[in-house]
Amino acid sequence: MHNPVSALGGEMFEGFATIREVGPMGMITLRCKMDEKPLATTLKKLGFSLPDQRRISHGKDRSAGWMSPDELLLILPYADVAATMEGLASGLAKTHHLAADVSDARAMFRIEGEKADQVLAKLCPVDLKTLAPAELRRTRAAQVAAAFWAQDGGYTLVSFRSVAGYVMGILRHAAAKGAEI
Amino acid sequence: MLTLQCPYCGVQADETELSPGYEAHLKRFGPGSTPEEFESYMFARKNPKGVHFERWRHAYGCGKWFLAARDTNTLEVFGTYPAQSSAPPADLIAKIKQKRPDWEGYK
Amino acid sequence: MSTRLQKGGRLIDRSTRAEFTFNGRRLIGHAGDTLASALLANDQMLVGRSFKYHRPRGIVAAGPEEPNALVNLGRADRLEPNQRATTTELYAGLEAASQNHWPSLDFDIGVVNNYLARFLPAGFYYKTFIHPRAAWKHLFEPIIRQSAGLGSAPKETDADRYEFVYAFCDVLIIGGGIAGLQAALTAGQAGKRVILLEQTAHWGGRAVVDGDTVENESAEEWVTSAVDALKTMENVTLRNRCMGAGVYDHGYVLANERLADHTPGDGRPKQRVWRIRAGHIISATGAIERPLSFAGNDIPGVMLAASVRDYVVNYAVSPGDRTVVVTNNDDAYLTAITLVEAGLSVPVVLDARAQADGPLPSRARALGIRVETGRGIASVKGGKRVTGVQICLQAGEGAVMEEIACDAVAMSGGWSPVVHLWSHCGGKLIWSETLSAFVPDSARPPLNHDGSAMVSCVGAAAGVYDPADIIAGTDSDGAATAIVPVWMMPQGAPIGLRSKMWLDYQNDVKVSDVQLAAREGYESVEHTKRYTTLGMATDQGKLSNINGLAVLSQALGAEIPQVGTTTFRPPYTPVTIGALAGEARGEIFQPLRRTPMHDWHDQNGAYWEPVGLWRRPYCYPRAGETHDQAVQREVINTREKLGLLDASTLGKIIVKGPDAGRFLDMLYTNMMSNLAVGKCRYGLMCNEQGFLSDDGVVARIDEDTWLCHTTSGGADRIHGWMEDWLQCEWWDWKVYTANVTEQYAQVAVVGPNARKLLEKIGGMDVSKEALPFMQWADGSLGGFPVRVYRISFSGELSYEIAIPASHGAAFWDMLHREGAEFGAMPYGTECLHVLRAEKGFIMIGDETDGTVTPLDLGLGWAVSKKKADFLGKRGMERTYLADPERWKLVGLETLDGSVLSDGAYAVAPGTNENGQRNTEGRVTSTYYSPTLKKGIAMGLIKNGPDRMGEVVELNKVDGGTVKARIVDAVFFDKEGEKGNA
Repeated sequence: MHNPVSALGGEMFEGFATIREVGPMGMITLRCKMDEKPLATTLKKLGFSLPDQRRISHGKDRSAGWMSPDELLLILPYADVAATMEGLASGLAKTHHLAADVSDARAMFRIEGEKADQVLAKLCPVDLKTLAPAELRRTRAAQVAAAFWAQDGGYTLVSFRSVAGYVMGILRHAAAKGAEI
Repeated sequence: MLTLQCPYCGVQADETELSPGYEAHLKRFGPGSTPEEFESYMFARKNPKGVHFERWRHAYGCGKWFLAARDTNTLEVFGTYPAQSSAPPADLIAKIKQKRPDWEGYK
Repeated sequence: MSTRLQKGGRLIDRSTRAEFTFNGRRLIGHAGDTLASALLANDQMLVGRSFKYHRPRGIVAAGPEEPNALVNLGRADRLEPNQRATTTELYAGLEAASQNHWPSLDFDIGVVNNYLARFLPAGFYYKTFIHPRAAWKHLFEPIIRQSAGLGSAPKETDADRYEFVYAFCDVLIIGGGIAGLQAALTAGQAGKRVILLEQTAHWGGRAVVDGDTVENESAEEWVTSAVDALKTMENVTLRNRCMGAGVYDHGYVLANERLADHTPGDGRPKQRVWRIRAGHIISATGAIERPLSFAGNDIPGVMLAASVRDYVVNYAVSPGDRTVVVTNNDDAYLTAITLVEAGLSVPVVLDARAQADGPLPSRARALGIRVETGRGIASVKGGKRVTGVQICLQAGEGAVMEEIACDAVAMSGGWSPVVHLWSHCGGKLIWSETLSAFVPDSARPPLNHDGSAMVSCVGAAAGVYDPADIIAGTDSDGAATAIVPVWMMPQGAPIGLRSKMWLDYQNDVKVSDVQLAAREGYESVEHTKRYTTLGMATDQGKLSNINGLAVLSQALGAEIPQVGTTTFRPPYTPVTIGALAGEARGEIFQPLRRTPMHDWHDQNGAYWEPVGLWRRPYCYPRAGETHDQAVQREVINTREKLGLLDASTLGKIIVKGPDAGRFLDMLYTNMMSNLAVGKCRYGLMCNEQGFLSDDGVVARIDEDTWLCHTTSGGADRIHGWMEDWLQCEWWDWKVYTANVTEQYAQVAVVGPNARKLLEKIGGMDVSKEALPFMQWADGSLGGFPVRVYRISFSGELSYEIAIPASHGAAFWDMLHREGAEFGAMPYGTECLHVLRAEKGFIMIGDETDGTVTPLDLGLGWAVSKKKADFLGKRGMERTYLADPERWKLVGLETLDGSVLSDGAYAVAPGTNENGQRNTEGRVTSTYYSPTLKKGIAMGLIKNGPDRMGEVVELNKVDGGTVKARIVDAVFFDKEGEKGNA
């Protein structure tokens, strides 16, 4: 078998905050009504818990993020995607849903450091002070769609894979030494 | 640069997170409709100075379409509501009437 | 002469010298100086020339309202034109040059315009545009272009970096004087999230300069403790050097922070634009002093009275040894007092009012300063600097009573509240008779999203000047600040004086110009502004607007409120384009979408073509090859051997659910619900008008899942289109969609050797029997998980292979490595176009332009007649679209084998009502076909399909026409044998 390659091969930048491209990361888009009963049980069986509106819930090595009233983003180890897709297919066999492997459609970044929030404040029209602790915020970063949440003392940001280079570029610019707010 | 609250995810969204969809509550006329009906669906658009109902999509957010009632002149937003509505909700209409007594009402 | 005083200067650090240059001359200032104060300290009175008459001009003000002292700042990649010396903080090594003079500041040939002034009246430009027409182009414009203008545009790329920051608060306060500080304290103590902005580097505004007493403390002490208190509040953000530029809808405010303007090259961003959402905005923006209109009020040395005070108190700079003060209010007496207390001479205070008995005039008299009431200036004497003033009765016509020698004049015509931010988003103004000024009408504020007042004004911005009133938040009764309006000095000045009274210094607009405009019928202030250019310079009329308006209203015999103001538009002071662009420069100017194979293309010499935000290889030229030659090689190689195309940009959308088939039947013009699992079908999408919008191959994945391919760059649009119908029209249908475009790299393996390559790599059966044309199969190739579609956009044997993007580059590498023996070569988008055009396949965006229906393109076979409804069906039924005379798709073959011009029109006999040649069609795609060795084209020709074999004429770019025969659009392999192989 061949090894999957993330969009930027783990590029890193040290400014007043540290930017790291991470991955490859397993991701599944799951579209389903949140109140469908089999959903919660299937997720639980697969190690996820159903997040509240605009929240991300974390399990042992996986998370479930609320993307819209009928869409979740499941984040998990890359190697576990196939099995989880199968688990969803069987658990939700009788439930109207759509599960798609989007692991390779995304790029993931970590923004770390005491002033990590300043990096996002320069790129996203989001009031970070009012962000709830486990809030997943979908927004734009400069000119592209992005989603981010606070995690492990920093932020995790997800974008589309094709614009990973652009996202790294704007993160570098925003985190450049001397550009602290 | 408006802000509108997305009724689906609750975010008070900056206009740059939204994309506009123009007039709300258009009735689709398909095959079999008269030229006049098709014209009303395709081309006839309201352009009021005052209360107006519009479609917006939370394009950079949850991706959902929603509807908004606002004053095109003062930019006051009376409310937003789900796209799955064939007419504005009654409580919103009442609220607008209270704020704009001269408004002719939703037609 | 202007000079540095021995003592004082609250903002300068005398121990730190800063050497700088002005027009190449080396001068010395101090840390804390502005460029303006440093120039004055070096007796550089003359700083520029006016726009039209090139009159010598000096520094008038000490803040952002300065109209004259504009300089080119810095050089090379840090050159900035039109920088105001009064707001430019001095730093060691600063280089400044004056503008708008030729050949030099001291000797300017353009000053000849000054003597031609009566031939360059208001509306000069408009008048010469009309008569005689030729004169503008050949006579006036060349001269004016040479002699007029502001700074020079930088030629090098800006060396600095800029950025945005998004900020949010409950209360945004703009202006860091005592009114702003007090508002911030109140809001901060109430626990609100507060942002307080101050455009200068210092807090306290006028109060600290004027030595006011605030709450029984000196203003200086009060401001220091207020700032200290605010700094301890976690809910308060303080920013100085940050100018509130504009107020927009729903509490949105742009502010420009000048981070490193005064420390160039220190590694910080030069400027940062704050994009603030505020619950409420408090404008504490103060007031701007107005000049007085007397003859010669533009001669260097004539300055605003409070600005004179600023220079003395803040920078220990005296604009002159002998300063005449002329005023219509009490405030200017403080200037006289300040000057005398600094040891300078004030020969006289001329007060236009009949009486002056307030506390300040009394203090001035007590100091022995001569005060003359009911007097004004008839004329200022001097050329490049003031030498004296002639005194007259304000009530008279300017008869000179006395001449007094002086080297500076401090004038005050009263104060105009800075109502810009209040007005930007619709706040209304009322005229205050007591203050002779427009003040915010608190009953008609700009509105926020909830209908509440979005902005309020405090302090001088609201016409409240008394510190006690400001702190208490009470409205001033105005008694202490009452003035007698003086719009012209003297009141009965004859034309000779009026044509030397400047309103707008920068654009050279005089009292006589505005009066002329009124006589010529300009009643609206907006028209007068444009006709005379009053207030249209880079200072946007901060000094001139109210005076000009008052002169206009007098000339029209109307009240000032009836004439009204011009519109206040952001930004408050100019913001450089670099700041507004933020991070969007260079590599990150725009998002660039890259496929997983992007780097390979780059390393293999791809010549790029933008496709939406994607970059796709147009061709891969080899050493010595032109792009045309490369394309021809790629076409022939693909037709004869094996071509590899990166097709990853193709849109891929999963549509799933019990109602997915029904949904796709509505979306596509043809049937998709009856597509068998495992098969592919080409489909068309129209908008509701019946015009083609997108096309692509649909694959049925399982019982309730379809995969829809869209055009490159069409994926997001079509996904949005699907969601729109599902969310807003058919919301009870059980369908989900997911855009998986970027999940997969996609490679087209094309040509007679395509199967050989895949069979060599191995892993799945790709034989004709196992995987016939228009079917797909999941499997693996060379150990990679793949989905293989037997579809073709070239007419060749072709496999389109989708593979997870994280394997895309490796898979592509393998195809090239293993395909070498079969003649594998990459091909680009131009080759793709030629291949598809040879086969007569349409391309969305080439054959379509938003006005073309499937029937126009001969695609009636893909438009269902069985379906009761689909998007665009009703639109297509419109009589106009059923017209048999419509332009329809055909092939075109030139008789001489040449290649038709892109977009060429087929000409028809006669001309239309505009005298233009009639047309009967146009070329939509045209290429040289290396396969057929001649030019081929597709075009839309009137009634085309019924005119096979006819010859039409098509125009050429360089004139003339070329003859072409109407033929079938399929030029190559009409039976389609190659693709089915």
